[in-house]
Amino acid sequence: MTARNLRDLGPKTHEKTPGQTVGPFFAFGTVYPKMNEVVFPHSPGSVRLSGAVYDGAGQPIPDALVEIWGADSEGNIPRGRGSRRRDDFTFTGYGRCATTDEGGFVFWTLNPGQVDSRAPFFAAIVFARGLPDKLHTRIYLPDDQDLLDADPFLSSLTPDERATLIATRTPDGNLHHDIRLQGEKETVFIAF
Amino acid sequence: MTSNKTAAAPEELLAAPDQATQNQITQEIRDLHDEVARREAEGETVPSTMWNFPPYRSSILRHPTKNPRLVDPETIELWSPAYGQRDVAAIESDLTLQHTGEPQGERITVQGRLLDSWGRPVANQLIEVWQANAAGRYIHQRDQHPAPLDPNFTGAGRFITNDNGEYKFTTIKPGPYPWKNHVNAWRPAHIHFSIFGSGFTQRIVTQMYFPGDPLFALDPIYNTIPRQKDRDRLVGTYDHDLTVPEFSMGYRWDIVVDGPDATWFEPEGDH
Repeated sequence: MTARNLRDLGPKTHEKTPGQTVGPFFAFGTVYPKMNEVVFPHSPGSVRLSGAVYDGAGQPIPDALVEIWGADSEGNIPRGRGSRRRDDFTFTGYGRCATTDEGGFVFWTLNPGQVDSRAPFFAAIVFARGLPDKLHTRIYLPDDQDLLDADPFLSSLTPDERATLIATRTPDGNLHHDIRLQGEKETVFIAF
Repeated sequence: MTSNKTAAAPEELLAAPDQATQNQITQEIRDLHDEVARREAEGETVPSTMWNFPPYRSSILRHPTKNPRLVDPETIELWSPAYGQRDVAAIESDLTLQHTGEPQGERITVQGRLLDSWGRPVANQLIEVWQANAAGRYIHQRDQHPAPLDPNFTGAGRFITNDNGEYKFTTIKPGPYPWKNHVNAWRPAHIHFSIFGSGFTQRIVTQMYFPGDPLFALDPIYNTIPRQKDRDRLVGTYDHDLTVPEFSMGYRWDIVVDGPDATWFEPEGDH
């Protein structure tokens, strides 16, 4: 991508519609085939991003919905359609996963490339029963320490906070990342 | 790294342990709204939905204790997944046609526009909806409300906004739904909406309500939104012009996805 090219639109004219919890029974409305397969599992270059969502008591959250959105391996913003009806070859960049009874989620995707020379990350959103509104966060790749050190947002955080945003590379080359809504090691959430 | 704890069965988590009375919950809601009004009067900015809202008992252990960090969106966050008509079939916008027979209940259409903070239509984006049936029962296996399931109603649909940001779907008006947040807890009738904007920052999941519902003041979820003017934005408007003679009642509900303060544009000749 070329450098960021932002246009100032002036003051907002419309008040936003507030968010509400996704509730307990979202599965029949939001779950669809291959929703967590941003790329075909085990295909060349694919990586498995897995983890779990925990509450303030350290208990897994079995009714959360995690979404990721990221660039392709070259840092291009995906414009391919079809996130809801996968054709198994178009990279749409978007995935969704409902957590298991153990709070677990898993995605098959690509390692995102650098966009604007920044440290690569997945944009992520968490929804859950008991969570009154969405939470945005980021899941950074752990591989390039220089890029992580140079990132202005990560640099603004304490080391403990930063650690909540950086995935772990497992020995088999996949990624692990837990999300904690509350408590010690509470994930850093972001707003724009 | 993997938890070795045995997770509680999700249905066991649905009932709050303390089972407060409705009067207690209503008082807690009023106190929190009063507190927000005080904080705002002192100049504090309070988000439109409160993550920490104890009357909604299951939020107690599931809300972050720190405010989200305000960040400049990175490029990827200013874009959204691209959807198109190939992602859904036209029939998925009619929740009354998914089975062989007609569902029970009051047939309604809901129509509106998806807009951004500057009133610009958000075209070609996915909206997903799900809801209880006319008796207030969800088809979800973990819903144990002893109201009848309707063999002709699932209660889930999806559609893509058109070039003007418009959407429209046909369904059955959902019934109020009992839950176990406290004793005699009932949710006002609502339809869940999942919405994509033109940027990932704009993504929202929310609920649309129906005008004049007597349960509004009693419901901790509706009241996680502390300001009345914001709660009003979640209530559809009855629109007689959308009502079809001898067929269905019509409601209008526009959705505004938020910010960010600047958006991407593609310079001309860059295609």
